[in-house]
Amino acid sequence: MSGFAKPLKIALGLAAIAALIIVPMNFNRYGLFILSQWAVMSIAAMGLNLTLGYAGQVSLAQGAFVGIGAYAAAIMTTHGWPLPAAILVAIALSFAVGWVLGYPALRVQHHYLAFVTLAFSTLAFLVFRNESWLTGGIYGISNIPRPHILGFATNKPLPFYYVCLGSLAVVSLAVWWLIRSPWGRAFMALRENPLRAQSLGIDTRRYTLMAFAIGSALGGVAGALYAPLTQYIDPVPFNLSLSLDLLMMVIVGGAGFYFGPFLGAMIAVLLPEWLRFTEGYYLMLYAAAVMVLLIWSPTGILGILDRYLAERRTKAASALHAVAKSRLETAQ
Amino acid sequence: MSAVLEVTDIKKNFGGISAVDGVSFDVREGEILGLIGPNGCGKSTLFNCILGQLTPSGGEVKLDGKLVTGLRPAELNKLGVSRTFQLLQVFPKLSVRENLILAGQEHQGNMASRLVGRSDAGLTDAADQMIGFFKLDHLADEPAGGLSYGQQKLLDAAMAFMGGPRLVLLDEPAGGVNPSMLADLKERLVAINREKNATFVVIEHNMEFVMSLCSRVMVMAEGKVLAMGRPDEVRKNPAVIEAYLGH
Repeated sequence: MSGFAKPLKIALGLAAIAALIIVPMNFNRYGLFILSQWAVMSIAAMGLNLTLGYAGQVSLAQGAFVGIGAYAAAIMTTHGWPLPAAILVAIALSFAVGWVLGYPALRVQHHYLAFVTLAFSTLAFLVFRNESWLTGGIYGISNIPRPHILGFATNKPLPFYYVCLGSLAVVSLAVWWLIRSPWGRAFMALRENPLRAQSLGIDTRRYTLMAFAIGSALGGVAGALYAPLTQYIDPVPFNLSLSLDLLMMVIVGGAGFYFGPFLGAMIAVLLPEWLRFTEGYYLMLYAAAVMVLLIWSPTGILGILDRYLAERRTKAASALHAVAKSRLETAQ
Repeated sequence: MSAVLEVTDIKKNFGGISAVDGVSFDVREGEILGLIGPNGCGKSTLFNCILGQLTPSGGEVKLDGKLVTGLRPAELNKLGVSRTFQLLQVFPKLSVRENLILAGQEHQGNMASRLVGRSDAGLTDAADQMIGFFKLDHLADEPAGGLSYGQQKLLDAAMAFMGGPRLVLLDEPAGGVNPSMLADLKERLVAINREKNATFVVIEHNMEFVMSLCSRVMVMAEGKVLAMGRPDEVRKNPAVIEAYLGH
């Protein structure tokens, strides 16, 4: 994205933020629900983008961490705890579980790691479904309250949308900081060439575990917002298909691109709504669109933009080169 | 001169094949030790055993008299042992400067300070000095993948020096580098050896490069040490001549 001038980038960013704040003011209940869902899924996808896109560790368990966060928040807030406390617990819990899940990644990679995380995903689902004393089993947990933030009730859709948007803003800033810190560089080194990374003193074990733990913690944050958003949770939304959806969001948006998850989540959450007029065909159309996109650009939508900008840079550079060369020739 | 590195009876078996078969040697403070031998004689395997990339089947490695056998590569690197690879191992998408910052960042502060501190870990100046030293100034902001092979080799070497290592193991630094750049590389290596008091072990097939760069040369054949000595001694050694020139 370095092809855009900085003021233009800042203007675009501010316009997007303003639009996200102002435009939904006229939205109906359903529109606000969809947009809140986008914000929540963006947070979860950002976590997976950290683990998969930046650090290169495949995970099919992000949905399980959303579930862990959601159940932590649902159980705590229905027992009278405030949501911020529940979010902190969700973060701590999914961070710890994510850390442990990182250990297999120290031994297995790629699709083998995918299978390990897939098994974990199934395990988490079974816990949500079978441990009814804690999770309410198949009946789930209902009447999950929405929080009061600084005395303001967020029961209505618009205020709660702002809670989701605000959380997304905080997470976005934190992730932006993380990926431009030396940690971000180390994650990328882990993905590109772990052997070389080790020889440069990069503790690949620790960074791998951290990549899993932090990515999972963001899944937990998303879950802790998802519970008060829907106000009712049962095990079904957190089965394997959520993990696959989140994986698709990251890949379609562009794995390893900062804005990939926002875009991927937008497509995954909004496109089915836009395609609703096609009735029974919308899932087929959606699936076909994803296939075509990935054949055209395996690096996702932002991969297309990145290639375009790189081409433009190369062209600009070769034009400069040609000018310099012709000047040299005329001078002789 | 004291020994920086003492290697005692290192063995490495792969199944029934012993790639390294009881190698012992020491590397003296400040020297440039050459390591030569026919392809497949175990040079790179020996490097990998010393550096913790492979676990030796037997023997021990001491750094400054302390046993370091079995330490992981990242831990050894933190103790001041660094390396270059036979095949190019730069990070192609990162710029030259970013590659060098990455190479040095783990030697600054701790995990926490690397998270909350500056994005460049305070290494931009050090990276730019290294870039200048290796004459890569005009390429500092280019992605490393866009550099020529020889330039990437220079970058690869520069990365090994970012953490201020005491001991650097270079695996075929001259391989595939054109003659003019080779002279540059040699000059840089000698300068770092003298100014920074860094000790080198260099695997190389280019005899002229090894013989003019190194103070001592070790010759390996079939996983064993065949000869060790000053370049002119080694060159005249009948066993070495036989190993290289055949029967």
